[in-house]
Amino acid sequence: MVKFTINGKPVSLDADPAMPLLYAIRDIAKLTGTKFGCGLGLCGACTVHLEGNPIRSCVTTLSAAEGKSITTIEGLETDGDLHPVQAAWFDHKVPQCGYCQSGQMMSAAALIANNTSPSEAEIESAMRGNICRCGTYPRIKAAIKQAAEVTKRATEAAKQQAKANEEASKEASAKTGRGKA
Amino acid sequence: MSNHKDVVTSGSISLLNRRQFMALTGRVGGALAIASSMPMALLSATVQADDHQAKPSKDAMEKLNVFVSIAANGDVQIVCHRMEMGQGILTSTPQIIAEELCADWDKVTAVLGEANTAYGNQSTGGSASIKNHINHTRQVGAVARDMLEQAAAKQWRVSKSQVQAKDHSVVHIESGKKLGFGELAASASSMQMPDAKSVSLKAMKDYTIIGKDVALQGLESIVRAQAVYAQDVQLPGMLIASIERPPVVGGKVKSFDGSAAKKVSGVVDVIRLKDRSYPVQAYPKSGVAVIATNTWAALEGRKKLKVEWDNGENEAHNSEVYKKELVAKVSNRAKQFRVVGDVYAHQFDPTKTLEATYTVPYHHHMSMETPSATAQLTDDGAEVWSGTQAPQWGKLMVLTELGLDAQKDQDKVTFNTTLMGGAFGRKSKNDFTIEAVELAKATGQPIKVIWSREDDVKHGFYHSAAANYMKAELNDDNSSDYWIQRVVAPPIGWLFNQNSRYLRDSSLSLGFADVPFQVANMSFENHEISTHVRTGWLRSVGNINNHFALGSFVDELAAKAGIGTHEMWVTLLGEDRSFNPRDEGFEAYTHYGQTVDAENTDYILEIQRFKSVLKRVMDEANVQEQLPKGQGWGISVAYSFNSYVAAATKVEVKDDKVTPLEMHTAIDCGLVITPDRVRSQMEGAMIMGLSITLESEITVKDGAIAQNNFYDYPVSTMDKVPPLFVHLVASDNAPGGVGEPGLPPVLPSITNAIYHASGIRVRDLPVKAVLKV
Repeated sequence: MVKFTINGKPVSLDADPAMPLLYAIRDIAKLTGTKFGCGLGLCGACTVHLEGNPIRSCVTTLSAAEGKSITTIEGLETDGDLHPVQAAWFDHKVPQCGYCQSGQMMSAAALIANNTSPSEAEIESAMRGNICRCGTYPRIKAAIKQAAEVTKRATEAAKQQAKANEEASKEASAKTGRGKA
Repeated sequence: MSNHKDVVTSGSISLLNRRQFMALTGRVGGALAIASSMPMALLSATVQADDHQAKPSKDAMEKLNVFVSIAANGDVQIVCHRMEMGQGILTSTPQIIAEELCADWDKVTAVLGEANTAYGNQSTGGSASIKNHINHTRQVGAVARDMLEQAAAKQWRVSKSQVQAKDHSVVHIESGKKLGFGELAASASSMQMPDAKSVSLKAMKDYTIIGKDVALQGLESIVRAQAVYAQDVQLPGMLIASIERPPVVGGKVKSFDGSAAKKVSGVVDVIRLKDRSYPVQAYPKSGVAVIATNTWAALEGRKKLKVEWDNGENEAHNSEVYKKELVAKVSNRAKQFRVVGDVYAHQFDPTKTLEATYTVPYHHHMSMETPSATAQLTDDGAEVWSGTQAPQWGKLMVLTELGLDAQKDQDKVTFNTTLMGGAFGRKSKNDFTIEAVELAKATGQPIKVIWSREDDVKHGFYHSAAANYMKAELNDDNSSDYWIQRVVAPPIGWLFNQNSRYLRDSSLSLGFADVPFQVANMSFENHEISTHVRTGWLRSVGNINNHFALGSFVDELAAKAGIGTHEMWVTLLGEDRSFNPRDEGFEAYTHYGQTVDAENTDYILEIQRFKSVLKRVMDEANVQEQLPKGQGWGISVAYSFNSYVAAATKVEVKDDKVTPLEMHTAIDCGLVITPDRVRSQMEGAMIMGLSITLESEITVKDGAIAQNNFYDYPVSTMDKVPPLFVHLVASDNAPGGVGEPGLPPVLPSITNAIYHASGIRVRDLPVKAVLKV
């Protein structure tokens, strides 16, 4: 039994620990949003997050997930709300056949989580390992810029809100005199 | 996100609950959970006489031909009977039906149709879904609209001429009172179905859905990863099969040892597939299958499999040697298929004459989703799930495989279709579907056949390696009176007839013998050649090599004449005129399946449209700009699949490395149904054009494909793609194709740009043989 969490839910899978995570996710956990493309970590269709980092699940063993948290494309949205990357993919009508797009979005989400102002070169560097044979790259690039901008604004708004909350609570505690040593 | 467009494949049982499944596929008739959802439009579909399709069965049409259903709440379900592989047909075909139906697009859900001859032609290829089937598709919507109008007229006790469908309702013209489609649905279903040919169709000026960028069907499902591709099909108790196939076409299993494979945990069985004979058609290659409870076990078992092959005669095939044979053959006079004047009566003046031979290697489709199909035997037949472009041909093959009658037993096989994760022509062949059926039969279990990437690369149906020879003499005014073209390539017809050595007329019609130049003496010739690998249709097919040669040669002629490439094109195209190759020496020209004669002139070639797209792309791309040393623009213009496309590419060549800087495409495809999907196809075609021109190549050694995976069959990645621009030419002309026509002009636009940037003329693809890419 290999125990880990997928999309926040604890799972224990009865499978060969040497099995690539991709097949465990698809065949055993029955989450088919993550795709097979090459089996060698070359195309990115199988990209998932391991502890938040993008990995190629076709060349990562199940045992590497032991005790860790895995996020697949199915776990990208929150309570039915699309992740900014998914929303941007929708707005830019990115997919053609759509098959590689789970992996594309997982790579993009990981990029944006660490960098909400990616340059062209940073986008290309983060995404060059995700192949799309239909040729959706220009739209992927545009969608990433949008998702990054949305995330940046949301982060800034959240920071300002937190700051405002903090000031409000300071003010409140100053008034009441509570919180003083 | 208000338009939630679920994509529901006809094979998506496992990802839907039972109620949803019944409601959305409409396969359970009166037992539907939504009682008023009912079949409406029953059409006497015109099935085109495709060589390899099952003939329509009258019985099946009575029972099953369902395109449009309307629920009591007004929700409309439209079956898209053409297959979706990324081109957007799941939106475009229902868009046409919804237009004639006068439906509200927000209430329309598209459902992918299963294989059924009642739908008419489902063979999704040749960029034909719109251009060859639009009238039939319009009738589907118009018939349903007529029945809704009849129902409203009956309810109001007025004549049908006093009512009119509009905005998802039927209106009584005089009083203005309305009944919604949902309210009318139940009674409309019992109305007399009008003759499809008698129903009125909308005028183009009244279109409100066609030509608009409506919400795309299936987009949200894809973004949420709920879409079902062939590899995603899950059945209870399903086993996975991975197959070791003969490396050489025509090869057979001499012996095998599956004992070690069977010891791998999860492996259930090792089964030898039956040998297949010539002609190979689209049947499986045979081999040895490892059956397991999961994919990993099947793949691990396969590694332990020991197979000895009897490779057969094609073991002698080597692509390097074959290329020399192609080039040698094409330099000699060959069988003439189109003759204008008498070019051979002329003594060419060497100083004014240019000769060139161009070659293109074998190519592979490399869809992101490798082939996959699932099959399960039923009491009297089978149920199949497949991601295929040719569901009816596939079903016919399944019937044959099971020893069932192609006509009488159609109801014994249910052939479900799924989305395809790319196809580009590869999935018109159902070899993988038959593998699943053969193994389901052998094991008695539901079987999903999965192909590894290596399986996909090594057992494809490749674009034919080809050599094209061009020769022309220029006059002092840069026009030409003497022109020779030759092509030699293994014919796809070999799949069906192993004696086939010449290209068929339909192949010679692909940008070869339909060259529209105003030249007094021309000869178009094809040399015979033997075939040793399976060749097949790959996006734009023969146009790939034929237009690479033509677009390059015009550029070379321009250079020889010392004029611009655009001027050379305009000079050779000659006067603005209608051009029908059948009237100019090529009686067998096939017009991409269109009828062109005295009465039907919609698809006659128009020289002005070539010039117009070329001018458009030149203006948009500003190709006349002054460029720094080492940079250059290249252009070309091609007619294929009844559409006109011009491409312009700018590259830089520095330190023996070529870098694409900017690419443009202008397309005149006549009436546009879904503008955004035309754009997306052009974007994709530019990128595929980059891959094919610069770096992809299939080679064959001792009869076996030498490549394996993305590391040795590279395709363009994001960092290699420059900014792309698409320009749609507004047009009232009859619709042309979109999926394929974007590709041909891109190839020479790139190599011409390389020449103008560096003086290096690339006549043999891929470019990576001479320059770093």
